[in-house]
Amino acid sequence: MSYAPERIVTLSGRAIPLRGNDIDTDRIMPARYLRAVSFEGLEGHLFEDDRKANPQHPFSDPRHAGAAILIVNRNFGCGSSREHAPQGLARYGIRAIVGESFSEIFQGNSAMLGLPCFAADPAAIEQLQTLIERTPDVVVEANVESGAITAGPLRVAGSVSPALRDGFVSGRWNPTAMLLDRFDEVRAIANRLPYVSGF
Amino acid sequence: MAETLFQKVWNAHTVRTLPSGQTQLFVGLHLVHEVTSPQAFDMLRQHGWRVAYPNRTFATVDHIVPTDSRRRPFLDLMAEEMTTALERNCREFGINLWGPDSPEQGIVHVIGPALGLTQPGMTIACGDSHTPTHGAVGAIAFGIGTSQVRDVLASQCLALEPLKVRRVDVNGPLSPGVYAKDVILTIIRRLGVQGGNGYAYEYGGSAIDRMTIDERMTICNMSIEGGARAGYVNPDDTTFAYLRGRRFAPAGDGFDRAVQWWRQIASDKNARYDDRVQFEAASIEPTVTWGINPGQSVSIGESIPADADEEALAFMGFTRGARVRGTKIDVAFIGSCTNGRLSDLEEAARVVHGHHVAPHVKALVVPGSSTVARDAETRGLHEVFMAAGFEWRGAGCSMCLGMNTDRLQGREVCASSSNRNFKGRQGSPTGRTLLMSPAMVAAAALAGEVADVREILEGVPA
Repeated sequence: MSYAPERIVTLSGRAIPLRGNDIDTDRIMPARYLRAVSFEGLEGHLFEDDRKANPQHPFSDPRHAGAAILIVNRNFGCGSSREHAPQGLARYGIRAIVGESFSEIFQGNSAMLGLPCFAADPAAIEQLQTLIERTPDVVVEANVESGAITAGPLRVAGSVSPALRDGFVSGRWNPTAMLLDRFDEVRAIANRLPYVSGF
Repeated sequence: MAETLFQKVWNAHTVRTLPSGQTQLFVGLHLVHEVTSPQAFDMLRQHGWRVAYPNRTFATVDHIVPTDSRRRPFLDLMAEEMTTALERNCREFGINLWGPDSPEQGIVHVIGPALGLTQPGMTIACGDSHTPTHGAVGAIAFGIGTSQVRDVLASQCLALEPLKVRRVDVNGPLSPGVYAKDVILTIIRRLGVQGGNGYAYEYGGSAIDRMTIDERMTICNMSIEGGARAGYVNPDDTTFAYLRGRRFAPAGDGFDRAVQWWRQIASDKNARYDDRVQFEAASIEPTVTWGINPGQSVSIGESIPADADEEALAFMGFTRGARVRGTKIDVAFIGSCTNGRLSDLEEAARVVHGHHVAPHVKALVVPGSSTVARDAETRGLHEVFMAAGFEWRGAGCSMCLGMNTDRLQGREVCASSSNRNFKGRQGSPTGRTLLMSPAMVAAAALAGEVADVREILEGVPA
């Protein structure tokens, strides 16, 4: 992952519709693939158990191969804080996720990788998923700044959480440099805390 | 102005507002384990960064560590590699590590409070979603991903947005045979698995007031299962008594000064909450999950609801209107950061004492820490469990998430004192998990099927 400021505003590509509420990060990336000291190769294990159980799983459907936009339903990415889940998605080539709602930890972990999560209402998600299922070649475009999502003739309203949105748009979505920027202020705050100074 | 503990802690730890609009928050305690940290340390090396506050950073091994034999090198080569990586990283960056041979080793959320590292009014971060456990003593504790682990290592800070606060009151006395686990499962069932999105949960009310810190930890631990990124209980005399004398807690006069600050950091009486919900403790019964998320539960006497989710029913092999009670189990697991503390093992042992596990059940007890294991052994609990046919293991996360070799096989059904019943969670893609209290797991192990622990406890002296 790059540390140079990279503005993330428009994401586009073919899309992959993944229906279902409360899809947890154990399902996105089973725990046995956390048995590694690097994130390399995780893209090969996305939804591995779900895909075995369901041969029609969208991630096994050749019509959606190479998709860049993932369309999900409610509370996507709940459960474990494993970054391996969004790492797998990003390494697979997913550039934006559009859904009814997301677990906060998942959304934050995704943002750290430059992967924005767009929230949209259930009717909009249904329209997007249905359209993409019927015409898998349709190009979906999502704009972080306006929140607008277009897919062929369809245009729906979405939004990226404001603090994350501004980070993507300004290119400052990776906060490490900012956090290190004024370390004297960090020390000053720390030294004012009674438990740091030893009561 | 009257404030909540969350607001006071947030403000005290705010360094500045970042250009992105997020808050730069100082992290008072960073807990590290072997599974979500190796990539973070690699990123530090790539950039030539040091660990900003090594004295506020503590590491242990819990997620992948074997719970059968601790002989090195581990037979599980990946467990060996990940443990060795953490040992090397801690040496290189000057971090205190309780490794597999350490008497202090254990699940990070069990050892933090037990060592007195976890204190009221602190901000805490750990690369694990069950970090809100530490809220039981009045800390604000966040589960984070590996890139954030890197940030905390490098800067001792997180970039976050503030949460709203929902007050969750549980009033009145709990009935016998009803435990903190039943309370939190009931809360999640009613508020939903995403009901806590955007919120910290502040737990209170007379039932919570009466709880021990161990019980409060069980409640706070599962905040994330309700979607709440943080959960806490205001510090009180129970908290102070718990912390006094612990290894990393302030000592002497410092302890008294600390108590003064801890009292001030608690929510003000007339603090304003973004939302409030009430539960009556007396209406809570022993609770078991029937589905594939922790919100899908029923009390032991209740039938699976008519509007039960189809996907969950199909995976679990249940039907609407059926009872979970009487469901044959294959495995009984007592342990985890939710329910792997000494008091959990004591309560389970009380149920098990003088009985035997059903012949077809594989039952295991995995203490939450090596200290819990030793304390239990001092009390003879290991003998009670082993005489009943339980395996007595070393400390770790074990079958809660099936990262080491403790895993379900095929479609096995597991009565589990852990926190997640997700598909595949316990290591078999088709394995099935029924979440319940440790006492209920013990009862299920004896009966060979899901049972009502209250019927066993009737004949047991308190």
